[in-house]
Amino acid sequence: MSEQKPCRRELLEWINTVSFAVDDVKLFLDTHPCNAEALEYFEEFKKQRVQALKEYAKYYGPLTIDTASPCEDHWTWIHEPWPWQKGGC
Amino acid sequence: MWNYEKRLQYPVNITQTNPKTAQVIISQFGGPDGELAASMRYLSQRYTMPYNEVTGILTDIGTEELAHMEIICAIVHQLTRDLTPEQIEKSGFDKYYVDHTLALWPQSAGGTPWTATYFQSKGDPITDLHEDMAADAASM
Repeated sequence: MSEQKPCRRELLEWINTVSFAVDDVKLFLDTHPCNAEALEYFEEFKKQRVQALKEYAKYYGPLTIDTASPCEDHWTWIHEPWPWQKGGC
Repeated sequence: MWNYEKRLQYPVNITQTNPKTAQVIISQFGGPDGELAASMRYLSQRYTMPYNEVTGILTDIGTEELAHMEIICAIVHQLTRDLTPEQIEKSGFDKYYVDHTLALWPQSAGGTPWTATYFQSKGDPITDLHEDMAADAASM
C-alpha cells in the first residue's frame, strides 16, 4: 500500500492552523487551568499538531528538533529553506 | 530554555520590494511599541510575579512576542531583498543602509536604536500589569 505524499502548502497551512489553536487555548488555560472544555480542546489540537509535524518532517524535512530524523546520513535541519527565505515556511 | 520552530507563526510571502514601507514597519521590530520590547517586558517581569497563572501567561506571551518579532523581521527582509543602488537612494533607505546594509537591526522608524528604557519591570504585580496593559493598548 503506497501512501500519497501530502501537498506541502496545504500541510503547512494545517500545521499553522492547529498550532494557532494550541497557542491560543494555552494562554486561556494559563488563567483558567480547570476549564474542562478548554482542556479537551487543547488535547485534541495538540494531538493533531504532533501528527501533522511528524508527517511534514517525513516528506519535507523537520520544523522542530523533536521531529528531526536521527537515521539520516546528513543533518536535515539546515537543509530546507529558513522561514523568511523563498520556499520557506 | 527555548526551542526554535522552523516556520513563521503566520506566513509572509512578499514579491514586491518596498524600502520606504520597510523603514516604517521596522518600528514594530525595534521601536518603543515593537515586538522586541514586548517580549523583553514580559520575560523580564515574570520572575517576580507572585501568581502562577500570571507567571505562566507572561512566559507564554513573552514567547509568542518573539514569534511576532520573527514575522516583522521577515516582512522587513522581504521588502528590502535585492535592492538596487538606485532604489536605495531614491527611497531614502540610504541612511539605514550605510550602517546596516540589508541586515536587520532593531531601531524605530525615526532611527532611534532599541533600548531597554522602552519598558519597565518593577517587581510589583499591580505596577507591572498596568505597564503591560498600557503597552498592549499602544501596540494595537
